[in-house]
Order: sequence, then structure tokens, then C-alpha cells
Amino acid sequence: MAAISEPKRQQKLIVSVSPHIRSEVTVPKIMWTVSASLLPALVMGLYFFGPRALGVVGLSIASAVGFEHLMDRAMGKPSTISDGSAFLTGLLLGLTLPASLWSVSPFLLYVPVLGSLFAIVITKLLFGGLGSNIFNPALMGRAFLLVSWPRAMTSWLAPTAAFVGIDARTTATPLGILKEEGMGKLMEVFGTKGNLYVHLLIGSHAGSIGEVSALALLIGGLYLLRKGYISWHIPVSFLATVGIVVWIFGGKGPAGHFALFAGDPVLHLLSGGLLLGAFFMATDYVTSPQLRNAQIVFGIGCGLLTCLIRLLGGFPEGVMFAILLMNCFSPLLDRAVKSRPFGFKEAKA
Amino acid sequence: MPTFAGGVHPPGKKELSGSSPITPLKAPARVVVLLRQHIGAPTKAAVSIGDAVMIGTVIGRPEGFVSAPVHSSVSGKVIAIGEFPTAMGRPAEAVVIENDGKEQWAELKEEPGFMELSPEQIKEKIKAAGIVGMGGATFPTVVKLSPPKEKPVDVVIINGAECEPYLTADHRLMIERPADVVSGLRLIMRLLGVKKGFVGIEDNKPDAIAAMRKAASSFPEVEVISMRVKYPQGAEKMLIKAITGREVPPRALPMEVGAVVQNVGTTVAIYEAVRFGKPLVERVVTVTGEGIREPKNLMVRIGTLVSSLIDGCGGFSGDVAKVVAGGPMMGFAVSSLDVPVTKGTSGILVLPKEGIFHADSYRPCIRCSRCVDVCPMGLTPAVLSVYAEKGRYEEAKAHNLFDCFECGSCAFVCPSKRPIVQLVRLAKSMVKP
Repeated sequence: MAAISEPKRQQKLIVSVSPHIRSEVTVPKIMWTVSASLLPALVMGLYFFGPRALGVVGLSIASAVGFEHLMDRAMGKPSTISDGSAFLTGLLLGLTLPASLWSVSPFLLYVPVLGSLFAIVITKLLFGGLGSNIFNPALMGRAFLLVSWPRAMTSWLAPTAAFVGIDARTTATPLGILKEEGMGKLMEVFGTKGNLYVHLLIGSHAGSIGEVSALALLIGGLYLLRKGYISWHIPVSFLATVGIVVWIFGGKGPAGHFALFAGDPVLHLLSGGLLLGAFFMATDYVTSPQLRNAQIVFGIGCGLLTCLIRLLGGFPEGVMFAILLMNCFSPLLDRAVKSRPFGFKEAKA
Repeated sequence: MPTFAGGVHPPGKKELSGSSPITPLKAPARVVVLLRQHIGAPTKAAVSIGDAVMIGTVIGRPEGFVSAPVHSSVSGKVIAIGEFPTAMGRPAEAVVIENDGKEQWAELKEEPGFMELSPEQIKEKIKAAGIVGMGGATFPTVVKLSPPKEKPVDVVIINGAECEPYLTADHRLMIERPADVVSGLRLIMRLLGVKKGFVGIEDNKPDAIAAMRKAASSFPEVEVISMRVKYPQGAEKMLIKAITGREVPPRALPMEVGAVVQNVGTTVAIYEAVRFGKPLVERVVTVTGEGIREPKNLMVRIGTLVSSLIDGCGGFSGDVAKVVAGGPMMGFAVSSLDVPVTKGTSGILVLPKEGIFHADSYRPCIRCSRCVDVCPMGLTPAVLSVYAEKGRYEEAKAHNLFDCFECGSCAFVCPSKRPIVQLVRLAKSMVKP
């Protein structure tokens, strides 16, 4: 047959399986975009907590990226830091830390570093690296720090600390005040409810660096939704569950007794780590379910656990443990929730 | 606007060849006609080396019901019969004919009253013409048009979606020969005794929609439907869903829900076969892509080598990396340009280095759910790919592996650039359906 096909061109052609074109979305692009969407929250954190906040976030990012690089090398694998996921983990961890950790006396600078170590090496790489980890690395890092250094991790700078001076005043978070001293005290501190909401939206209250400004987090979260980088299923089911449960069970009557339908859902939705958790942590692809129906169940579970801890538990805030607990169920939810392939009469698990 | 759930929006690139009218490519000095141009049983060579043949002479006789005869596409002499490289990768039996340039037809007999022929006569002519699905699947058309009694068909749909990026062959046929498409559709409806016929066209082809509506205006039983642009709208099951709302059950044929789907090119071939007795010896092929000098829609003899098509379009421009038989989503990359055009070759796509994705490695699945969202079959491609990667083929099968028709939407959107279609094919080859 060779005589029939006169080889005119000695062109080397690539032969590979279809499709021959691919979309422009890549893993690094996703990671850097999510990181960029956290910029508003970071900026507000820096505004209220000053250069210390930058120090804490910078330290956790640098150590997260550094540990990933070193660990990859130690395991004889190519470095994976260019995929951007270690940077994002470091950033997320930093945003969940109090700015007071930037302190030389007492010496606390090792705290963010150890958080990154636990997040990157133990939670992510030892479980197989990106795509294989069961738990959200940033939240595991934070959980590790919270149980290991509970005092340092709950010593919150007052938002006035920015640019004021070294001797920053510490104070309680709105949820902390609510838990320990009740709604009356919260009103005493912030004046009116409207005033309280404005402070929560802007971020001028005590809390973790990246969680204080609800408005900044909403901007970032909505941007990701619009870009299609996250879907509505987890944030909406998570937030709606918290709002409804808190409204029903989260309040007290005028006499101070437990009363139904007396809670303040706006206060709970805007405070603590809820928005940061719902838009940026619970939506983590790797540790949340893959099927959309399962994601709704996942979000509801996160919401219920958050309320359980906030309303009945010992901690003022429960978002972190709620998400970590639900991470355990992600594979199970993907198996248990039914979906209906095209043309099938019935849904199947 | 009618559509289906899932799907993707790759760049259309139809503008490269969309405005170029169908022009005939000069019949080559030699054609290489494969003896199996379709899905199903191969044909047996009906000629020997040295035999003289004319255009339309049967050179491959079908064996079995799911098969179709193969005809010579030139007049001349058989000079070789044997294995020949193909676009699909595996060599296959072919008849090589030297063109004498006389362009003599075996027999072409016009049937003046072709619209009054009986269903059996229509079917006989389609069968004799060797028509197969020209959208790429190459399923013998006569088999599709022979539904068993217990599966009554009540709707015929002409597939004018042409959802693959770049390809414009069907688009041009609908613009240039809308009346023939409508005649073909009416013949199919007559054959099947069906009262309702649709032509489904994606709404990125307003000129084709207008032309088809005009041609169909005097036939109330024919309706032209404008569909949302989305890949894979032209997949049979997605098309039926968009137009009728019916879902073809898993691994069943469209006739299960009373529908028959035919491609635009196939419909024109049916018209020509019934009216003129013309066998399927040529087809429209879109030669396009950023790596070809003059993208064109060519009328090409079956058996013409891809290299002749490239030459007919001014040759390569720039650094060509990949040549694909078919569209960019489901086509086959060829290793050599010396492979013949078959009845299912809808396009030859020439892609430069910048236009393709090619990498030696890929990242792990990050469970982002993009593939789950776009899978038109409602499957979980990520899970299939991970099982295939780990060699756990039986588990992949339990996740409806065999319902995947390899449209490539999942691999298109995957941010880890995983070769999901390749992994699915691997798994399919390792377990029984």
C-alpha cells in the first residue's frame, strides 16, 4: 500500500483522545481567583487590626507554601506550590486567626507557623495531597491551634487597634458577649440593633482577621458565585439553616425565659465565622460532596451543627467544628443521595 | 427555548467556514474506499483487482442486516484490495480504484413520481444506495427506518443542530438545499407513516432556520424548531429531549420513545437516492481550523485521501499540531494524512499548536463538580475517571459507565485537564457491558 500513499509531508501529528479543545479554567486559575476574592475581607481586616494582621496572614501563607514545597521535596515529588492551593490554605488559615498572634512578648509567632504545618503536612499531604484530603486543611490547622493554645487563639484585638499603637486593647467578640453576658450586654456595647448590624457589616468589632467584615465577605462570595467557581447549594442551605434555626430557637422572651421565634437571625448570620465558612470553607471542592443534592444536605448539616454549638455548646462559635464534622460525611453523602441519570425511570444512589 | 440539562459552550468557530458555499473537490486520481463505512457487519469485496468500475458500481456487498453496500465513487479500474490505514487508527480492508477521469455513472434513473412511491419502494432505494448516518455515527439508515411493529414511531426529527464547534457542512446544506432536506424528511415520514416531522436547528444559524422555514412553509406537517446553542445539542437523545420532551431510556434506541432522528446530510442523501437512484458516493466535508489556509465546505468523493482535501484548501498555514477527522469534541485525531474520507467524515479540522490542549501529565481530581454539572447523561464523570484510573472497572460499570456516549463535555470543563474520555474508553474496554 505504501506505493499508493505518496508521503508528501513528513509532518509529525499529535494523536490523542477527544476532546481536542479544553476550557481555560485550570486548578491554579481557580485557586488564585478564590484567593483574590478574599482580598476585600483581608483589606478590611488590615484596616481594623493594622500591620499585625498583615504579619499573621503573611506568616501563615509563607509557612504554608514553604511546608508544601519542603514536604514535596522530602517525598521525592515535584513541588506543587504553583497550583496555588497551598497559598490559598495559608491565606484562609491566616484569616481565621486573631491579629493578636503577632506578638513577641509573649512570643506567639510560632502559632500561625504550626497551624500551617498541621494544615499542609498532616491534613493535606499525608492524606495524599490536593484532591485526597478528607478535612479542610485551613480549618484543621485552626482547630489544632484552638485546642492547643486556647488563650492565644481567643484573645481578640479591639478594632481600634489599627495604627494606634503597640499596646492594643483586647475585647470579646459579639458572639462571645452574647454567649457569656447575653443580648442586654451586647445592646449596651453597640447601642441599637441597627448600629450593631452596621458594625458587623463593616467589620469594626473584635474577631478573626478575615471574618469581621460581613460586607467584604459577601462581595467576595457573590463574585465567586457569579464566576461559577462555587455553586449556591452549600452557602444557601448553610446560611438558610442557621437563619431559620436561630430565629426559632435562638431567642429569649422579655422575662428572660426561653421563647420560640424570638432569635435574631441577622445577628447570627453576620457575626462570627459564618460567612467566611459558608462561602469559602464549606464550599471547598475536595472536602464537600460532589453531587448537588448531597451538597444541600451537607449545607443543612453544617447549619444545624453550627446552631447546636452556638446555642447550646461551650464555644461561642461553631462554624469551624460544624464544617469539619460534616467533612467526614462528604463521601457518605455522595453515595447516599440519589440522582437520576438521563432516561432512567427512577433515581438511584 | 428548547434544550436539555447539562452541556457546555465551547467557542463556536463557525465563522471560519460558515460563509463558504459548498464547492466540489476534483475527484482524485485514486480513491481508497473502505469496505466497512458503517457500524455493523463489514461488506465483502464484490470486485477483483483489474475490474472496471463506474461511479455507483457496488464494490462491497453487505453481509447481515446491520450493514450497507459500498459503491465506487469514481469510474476506472480496481488496482488494489487490502488493508489500508484509516482515520480511526486501526487499518481496515479497502478497495483502491484508479480514476479514469471519464466520470461515468453506473445507472442513474430519475423517478418522476418519487413522492408517490410506496414505503417498501422507498426503503429499497435507501438500502440499495448504501446510506448510513452521516453525522458521524454511521449507523445503517435502513435499519433505523425499520422499526419493529411493537415500537410505533410517531415523530421524525432532522438533526440540524451541528453542535460540534467548527463544522458547517449541515449548515451549508440547509442554506443551499433546504427544499431537498424537506423532501428527504417527507420521504422518511412517508416511509414510516409518520404525520409529524421536525427540523431542529441551533439558534446560532438564523440563516439556516430562515431558509428551512421558507422551504417548509407549504408543508404544515413539517416544523422547524430553533434550539438553544449548547453542546451536545445534536446528540440524538438530547435532540429528542429538546424537541419532544421524551427521554430515551438507557441504552435504548430512539424508536423506544417513538422517534427517529436523521442527520441533514443523510436526509439529502435519502432524497437523492429515492429520486435519482443515486448511491452514497460523495458527501460534504468541512475542512477548517486555524491551521488551514482557506477553510471550505467541499463536496468530496468517498475514498478521497485527507491530504487531497488539505491541498484543495490551500494547504496548511503555520505550525500544524493536530488533524482531526470530525469535530473538536468527538472527532478522531489522525496520525497520517493518507487516510480516506468515509461516509461518516463530517469535517477535517486542522489545529495549530496554540489551538489544542496537549500535556503529558494532568492533575488529580479536585471534586469540583464541573463535570457532574455538564454531563448531559446525568452521570458522575469524575467518579468514572477515578475508578478507571485505579483499575476498578467493575465499580465504574456500576456507576453507569456504559451510558456515557463520550461527548467530551466533562473533559472539556475539567480544571485538572484529566483525560476523562480516554479513561472511560479504557474502562469500557476492560469490562463487558
